[in-house]
Amino acid sequence: MILIHCPYCEEDRPEVEFTYGGEAHIARPLDPGALDDRQWETYLYIRRNPRGAHAERWRHAHGCARFFNAVRDTVTDRFEVTYKTGEPRPAGDTK
Amino acid sequence: MKRFSGLNLFAEAFNGHKGWPEHWPDKAPKAAYDVIIIGAGGHGLGAAYYLAAKYGITNVCVIEKGWLGGGNAGRNTTIIRSNYLYDESAHLYDHAVKLWDGLSQELNYNVMYSKRGVLMLAHNVHDIQSFKRHIHANRLNGVDNEWLSTEACKAYCPPLDISPNARHPVLGGALQRRGGTARHDSVAWGYARGAVARGVDIIQNCAVTGIRRGPDGAVIGVETEKGFIGAKKIGVSAAGSTSLVMRMAGLDFPLESYPLQALVSEPVKPIFPCVVMSNTVHAYISQSDKGELVIGAGTDAYVSYSQRGALHIIEHTLAAICEIFPIFTRMRMLRTWGGIVDVTPDRSPILAKTPVPGLYVNCGWGTGGFKATPGAADLLAHTIAHDAPHAINAPFNLDRFRNGRLIDEAAAAAVAH
Amino acid sequence: MSGYRLAAGGRIDRSRPLAFSFDGQGYQGFAGDSLASALVASGVTLFGRSFKYHRPRGLVGMGPEEPNALVTVDRGPARITPNLRAPQVALHDGLQAKSQNRWPSLKFDVAALNDVFGALFPAGFYNKTFMWPRSAWEKLYEPVIRQLAGLGDSPVARDPDHYDATYAHCEVLVVGGGIAGITATLEAAAHGGRVILIDEQDELGGGALADPVQWAALDALKEKLAAAGNVTVMTRTTAFGYYHQNFIGATQSLTDHLAPADASGPRERLWRIRAGEVVLAQGAIERPLVFNGNDVPGVMLASAGRMLALRYGVAVGHAVVVMAAHDSGWRDALALAGAGVHVAAIIDVRNVVGADLADAARDAGIAVHIGCAITAVHGRHAVTGVTFAANGTGPACKLACDAVLMAGGWTPSVHLWSHAKGSLTWSEAWGAYLPGTPIENCRAVGAGAGAWDMGHGVVTAVLPSHIDVRAQKAFVDFQNDVKARDIHLAVQEGMRSIEHIKRYTTNGMATDQGKTSNLNGLQIASAALGRPVEQIGLTTFRPPYTPQTFGALMGHHKDALFQPVRKSPIDEWATEHGAVFENVSNWRRARYFPRGGEDMDAAVLRECAAVRRSVGIFDASTLGKIEVVGPDAAEFLNRMYTNPWKGLQPGRCRYGLLLREDGFITDDGVSARMADDRFHLTTTTGGAARVLGMMEDYLQTEWSDLDVWLTSTTEQWAVIALQGPRARDVIAPLVSGIDLGAEAFPHMAVREGTIAGVPTRLFRVSFTGELGFEINVPASEGRKVWEEVWDAGQAHGITAYGTETMHVLRAEKGFIIVGQDTDGTMTPYDMGLDWAVGKKKPDFVGKRSLARPDMGLPGRKQFIGLLTEDPQDLLEEGAQVVADPDAPMPMPMIGHVTSSYRSAALGRTIALAVIADGRARIGQTIFVPMPGKVIRATVTAPMFYDAEGSRLNA
Ligand SMILES: Cc1cc2nc3c(=O)[nH]c(=O)nc-3n(C[C@H](O)[C@H](O)[C@H](O)COP(=O)(O)OP(=O)(O)OC[C@H]3O[C@@H](n4cnc5c(N)ncnc54)[C@H](O)[C@@H]3O)c2cc1C
Ligand SMILES: [Zn+2]
Repeated sequence: MILIHCPYCEEDRPEVEFTYGGEAHIARPLDPGALDDRQWETYLYIRRNPRGAHAERWRHAHGCARFFNAVRDTVTDRFEVTYKTGEPRPAGDTK
Repeated sequence: MKRFSGLNLFAEAFNGHKGWPEHWPDKAPKAAYDVIIIGAGGHGLGAAYYLAAKYGITNVCVIEKGWLGGGNAGRNTTIIRSNYLYDESAHLYDHAVKLWDGLSQELNYNVMYSKRGVLMLAHNVHDIQSFKRHIHANRLNGVDNEWLSTEACKAYCPPLDISPNARHPVLGGALQRRGGTARHDSVAWGYARGAVARGVDIIQNCAVTGIRRGPDGAVIGVETEKGFIGAKKIGVSAAGSTSLVMRMAGLDFPLESYPLQALVSEPVKPIFPCVVMSNTVHAYISQSDKGELVIGAGTDAYVSYSQRGALHIIEHTLAAICEIFPIFTRMRMLRTWGGIVDVTPDRSPILAKTPVPGLYVNCGWGTGGFKATPGAADLLAHTIAHDAPHAINAPFNLDRFRNGRLIDEAAAAAVAH
Repeated sequence: MSGYRLAAGGRIDRSRPLAFSFDGQGYQGFAGDSLASALVASGVTLFGRSFKYHRPRGLVGMGPEEPNALVTVDRGPARITPNLRAPQVALHDGLQAKSQNRWPSLKFDVAALNDVFGALFPAGFYNKTFMWPRSAWEKLYEPVIRQLAGLGDSPVARDPDHYDATYAHCEVLVVGGGIAGITATLEAAAHGGRVILIDEQDELGGGALADPVQWAALDALKEKLAAAGNVTVMTRTTAFGYYHQNFIGATQSLTDHLAPADASGPRERLWRIRAGEVVLAQGAIERPLVFNGNDVPGVMLASAGRMLALRYGVAVGHAVVVMAAHDSGWRDALALAGAGVHVAAIIDVRNVVGADLADAARDAGIAVHIGCAITAVHGRHAVTGVTFAANGTGPACKLACDAVLMAGGWTPSVHLWSHAKGSLTWSEAWGAYLPGTPIENCRAVGAGAGAWDMGHGVVTAVLPSHIDVRAQKAFVDFQNDVKARDIHLAVQEGMRSIEHIKRYTTNGMATDQGKTSNLNGLQIASAALGRPVEQIGLTTFRPPYTPQTFGALMGHHKDALFQPVRKSPIDEWATEHGAVFENVSNWRRARYFPRGGEDMDAAVLRECAAVRRSVGIFDASTLGKIEVVGPDAAEFLNRMYTNPWKGLQPGRCRYGLLLREDGFITDDGVSARMADDRFHLTTTTGGAARVLGMMEDYLQTEWSDLDVWLTSTTEQWAVIALQGPRARDVIAPLVSGIDLGAEAFPHMAVREGTIAGVPTRLFRVSFTGELGFEINVPASEGRKVWEEVWDAGQAHGITAYGTETMHVLRAEKGFIIVGQDTDGTMTPYDMGLDWAVGKKKPDFVGKRSLARPDMGLPGRKQFIGLLTEDPQDLLEEGAQVVADPDAPMPMPMIGHVTSSYRSAALGRTIALAVIADGRARIGQTIFVPMPGKVIRATVTAPMFYDAEGSRLNA
C-alpha cells in the first residue's frame, strides 16, 4: 500500500483513497475533428509505458476528489513528486 | 535429444539417471540468424519450436534477458479455456486449445494438460444474459460451453457455497469442459527442449538492448548484452516488456504494463476438482496436482514493473475466495508472487506484422495469454515464416486501434444497467 | 527422568499437567509445552510422512522452519486446521491432533511404496512419462498423483470462527523479540514515539529461551519493556510481509493456544502496520547437514535439541550424537549434557576444532570424533544408531544412539528484508546471505544481521562419504523429498539458474518455503556447476514469511460486509410487500411482487397489464443522480453528451447519451434543466460513480476554465415512478404548487412543488410509454411519500411493479438499456439513436472516434426488433441470430438477442436484438438456431407498442 502525497490536501495518504488515472500530460486536442486517424489513435491509445520515471494522473477520490499529477518510478513504485493539475511536469526528470 | 518414456525412465533408474542429457545446452550466439525471437516465455519458445518443426526454419535463436520461462510463463495461474465471445477470439483461443490436446506427445514432454473444466459463475441477471450469449455463440463456433443450473454447479464443484442468501448468490454457471490447466514450467521447458533438438539456439541471461535497422528501414539484427547478433527477421514476444522493446525499433505501442498477483495455499488432499472463475466477485481458483489451491488476483491499479504488488489486493482476493468458498477460511496462504502483464486498450492481443519490415510482434495478452501459448506460438511462427498473418490472427492487427475495429471482450461483458 | 522428560529445568509449569491426544492416543504434557515438546517427552519420534515418497519423518526444528512434523488440529466441528507445525502448536488441555498424508496409519502407510520405487521418481520424472496412452493422464495418472500428493485434508464445513483486522501506526516497529530485538525496542523507546515490538512466539526471548543463563537478564529487559509507556508488545504475532513504504502485514493468533471452551472473540487479527522505521531482529535458523540417512526420525537440528532440553525440559534421546560442522553444535551438546541429557558423541566434519570446545566436551564425558562424517543412519521409525567414518571414507565405525543432532551452521532470516527489496551480500563466514543496503527506512540487528557470535563453522554441500551421492538418501528439502542427487540431476539436465533448479526439483517449495533447504540446495548446485554461490543467485523471497490464514486476510470482509448491499428508502416497504429482489451492481432492487403462488412470469404479466390499464408504482431510487451547477453547466453538458443542451429550457427534460472517447455508448439517462445554471442529471444504476468520475475528469483536467460544480445526489433523492393512464389522477390530490394539466406540464418537463407536503422535483417522464411521473423527494421522506401515493392509488387499482416489468414495458417501446442492449461496442448510430446526436455540435466526447474508418462501414450491428413466427416462442436473451441456419460450422452469426419477454399488451413474445445491417433487414426472416430446433423470426423496427406516442403524451 503505497503512500501518496495529495498536493491539494498536502498530506500523505494511503493508496486506497486514490484512483489511478493513467499517463499524464496527454491533453485532449482542442479540435479533435482536425486530427487525422493516426493522430487520434495516438491521443486515444499510444502510451509511453516506461520503465522508470512516469508522469501519471491520480485522483484523491476518497479525499478532496481532485485530480493531480505525479512522477513515479515504475521500477520501485516510489513517487518522486506530486503536483497540481495544470502545473508543468517538473524539470530534472528526463525521458 | 534422448526420448522420454516410461521405458527409458526405468532403464535410467538402474543407471543412476546418468544418461539424461541437458535440456538446452548453453550456446554462444552465432553471428547471425534467419530469425531471432526476443523473449523466452512460452510464446517465444513455442514460436521457435514451430518455426523449426512446422515451417522448416531452423536457423533460429531465442534471446532471453533472464532465465527461460522466468517471466509470466512461470508465474501464471495456468487457466486454459477458449469460450470467448467474438468469433475472432473464439477461433484464436480454440486454435490453442486444439494444440494443447496432444502437446505432451508432440513435444515428448508431459505438460500435464488437464481438462478439469472451467466453470464461470453467474451471480446476477446480467451475468446470466452475458454467459448465455457466450454459450450460444460458442456453440455455433464449435466451441464447447454449457449452462449449468445452480445445483449442477454445486454438483460439479462441491466446495461451492450456493446459499441463496449469499451476498452474491450463484445463479448458475457456464462450463467449458475442455478448459482446464497445464503445468506452466513444463510448457516452457518442453518447447525449449523441442526447439533445441531441432537446431534452435537459446541464449539466456542476455537482454536485448537495441534493434538495428538497415538503410531501407528493415531490421538487420539486435544489440544485446553479449554484442550484436544479425537477423533477417525478428519476432518480439516480450510480454510485460513489449513497450520497451518496441521503442528500440522506434515504435510507440498501445500498451500499458500492470502488476498481476497470484497466490497458492499450503497443499491439501484433493478437494477442488475443477477451475472456478467469478468475474463479479473477482475470484479465480483451482487446485494444482501438488494440492495447493491456486488463486489469481486482479491487477494492481497502476502501471508498474516492480513485480511487488500490494497487500490490499491479496486481502480482497482472499475475501472474494472465502465469499464463494467459505470452507476455505482456515486454509493458509503459502506463497504470493506477481508478474507484469501488458494490456491493450481492448484487452485483446496484438499478433501481427509491424510497420518496420522484418519485425513481428506478439503481445498484449494481458492476464490471459497462458492458455493461448501453443496457438500464439504457432501463429507467430506462421506470420514470421510467411511475412503475413494467418487468417486466425489477421484481425489481431495494429490497424484496429486506428480504424476502430476493436475486439473488446471485456466491453462485451460490460456491467452497466 | 521419566521417559524423555528431564527431571528439572525448562520453562514449563510442571504443576499444570495437560491431557491431549495424537492420532487418537492419549498423552500428557505440561502448561508451557508445545505439541512437539510434549510428544517428544512421551517418546514419540514418528510425526509424519513426507510429501512425495511418504517416508516416515520426525521432528527437525522447533520453529517456523519445521518441514516434517505437520499435524491437523481438530478444535471441534468445522474447526479443523491442517498442516500446522507441531513445534508451533501450543499445548492446551484437550488438544486433539492427528498426523497427515498417510493411509491407513502413520506407522503403516501404503503409499510408502513410492519410496521403494523411488529410483523411478527422480526430480522432473513427471515430465518424462505418464504420456501414454494420451487420455490416461487425466483418467489415471493425474488422479493417482493427486491422491498421493497434498498434505492434510482441507476443512469441509463453514468456519464458525471470525477474524479481525485493524491498522497500527508507530515511529518504530521491531520484528523479533529476542535479546537483540528487545534491546533495539528499548533504545527506540528512549527516543520517545510509539514503538511496537512483535514476535511470533508465545513469549519474548527468542534464542535466549533455550539458554537459562540469560533468563535473569531477559526478565530484566521484559520489566523495562513493561515500564516503558510507549512500547506495545505483541506476541503470537507474525510479521509476514514487508510492503511499500514500511507497510508491514502481521497476524496475531488470539485463540488457538486456548482450549476451545476458553476461547472467545476473534481467532486471529490482521495488523497492517505503518512504521517510520523498521528494525528487523528475526534471528537466524540453523541449517541441517546433508548426509545419507539424515531424514530418519530422531535426526534433527541441534538447536531443536537444545530448545527441547532447556526450554521444555525434554531429552531428545537417551543417547544423543551430534553431527557438527559448526561450533554451535558443540555448545549445544555441552548445554544438553549440562541439562542431564546423555550425549554419546560429537562427530565433527572439520579437521580442526577449537581446543576449548574439545576440552570441554571431553570434560563432560562426550566422545569426540574430529574430521569424521556420518555415512549412514540406522533405524526406520526411530534412530537406532549411526555409522561414521574419518572423512566419510575411512573405516566405518558404528555407534548406537537414539537421536542425532545436526549443526550445519546458521542462516540469518532475511525474508522481510528481501520483501522490502533490500540488497543481500554473500558472506563466506556465514555461508549465507546477509542484509546489505536497504531501500526503505529499515535496519537489521542481531543474528538476522549477521551481528551475533554463533561461533565458527565450515560450509559443506554434502558431507563426505564413500557412497556415491546418487545412491545416498541424503535429503536437502525434507518435506518435498529433494535429495542431493536430485539437484545433481537437475544440473546434469541443463538447469543452471537456481530458479530452474528450484522448480525442477521443487527444492524450497514446501510449506517451510526452504527455510532449511535453500542454502544447502544452493551449495550443492554451486558444487555441481563448479561456480561460486554468488553467481548462481538466490531465489526471491516473497510474502508471506510463514503461511497465513485466509480468514485473517479476509478480516471483516465477509457476508454482508464483503460488499455492503445498497438499499433504497423503499426497500423495507418492498420486503414487507413480498418483493423478490435482484442484485444490480451494488444495489438490490425489487424484481417483481408475486401474489399468491405466482411465479415471475405470471407476476410480470399481471404487473405489465396493470400499468398499461391503470397505474403502476416503481422504485427508481437507485438511478444515479448528479447535480450540475454553475454558469457553464449547459456548456459542460453540451461537451459531455452527444445531444445539444444549450437550447434546453428550464423546466424541460432531455434524454442524454454519453459516449466514451472511443465513440461507444457508456451511459444514458433523462436529465432536467432546473434553472439556467442548474441541471438534475440521471445516470444508469450501475453507471453513477463511473459517470461522475468521468465528468470530474473532463471538468478538472481538460476544461478547468468552465465554472461548474458536480455533486452526487444519488442517495439524496428517493425516486418514485408512477406510470399508467391513471397516474395523474393518483397524484393530483397530493400535489400542490404544480399545474398537472397536460398542456401546462407536458411530457419531458419538470416542476417543483410539494407532494404529500414534501418538496418535490416532479418529472413528467416515461420509461414505459405511458403517461408517467418520476417523483423525486428527499430520501428521508421517500417511504412516507411512497405510502401516501400507494394509498391514494388504491382507488385506481395501483400495482407495485419491479425491474422485470420495467424491462418489459420499455422493451415494448424499444427503449434501450445500456449494458443489456449495448455492450461497450455499440455507437449511437448502431442503436438507431442518430436523433440524439447533435449534428451541428463541433465536438463532444467520442465524436471524433465516430469518424474512424471502421465506424461507418456496412455490416455493423444495428438495433432492431424481432417477432418469432410462433408468437409463443420466447427467444433466449443472448441467443445468436444467423441468416442461414444450414450453414456448416462454424456457422456465421449476424447478431444476438439482447432482450426478450412475454408482452402482456401484445399477447405474444417480443425481442430486441442487434444484427448486422439490421435496419435493412426489416421485414426479412432470420433464424435463431437453438439446441434441437431453429426458431424463425421476422425483423421489425424496435417498437412494438403505441408507435405514435399518444399514450405518453396524454
Ligand atoms: C499472476 C499471473 C496469472 C496469470 N494467470 C493466467 C491464467 O490463469 N491463464 C492465462 O491464460 N494466462 C494467465 N496469465 C497471463 C500469461 O502468463 C501471459 O499472458 C503469458 O505467459 C505471456 O506469454 P509468455 O509466456 O511468452 O510471456 P513471458 O513468460 O513473460 O515471456 C516474455 C519474456 O521476454 C523476456 N524479455 C523481455 N524483455 C526482453 C529483452 N529486452 N531482451 C530479452 N528478453 C526479454 C522476459 O524476460 C520474458 O521471459 C497470468 C499472468 C500472471 C502474471
Ligand atoms: Zn486530496
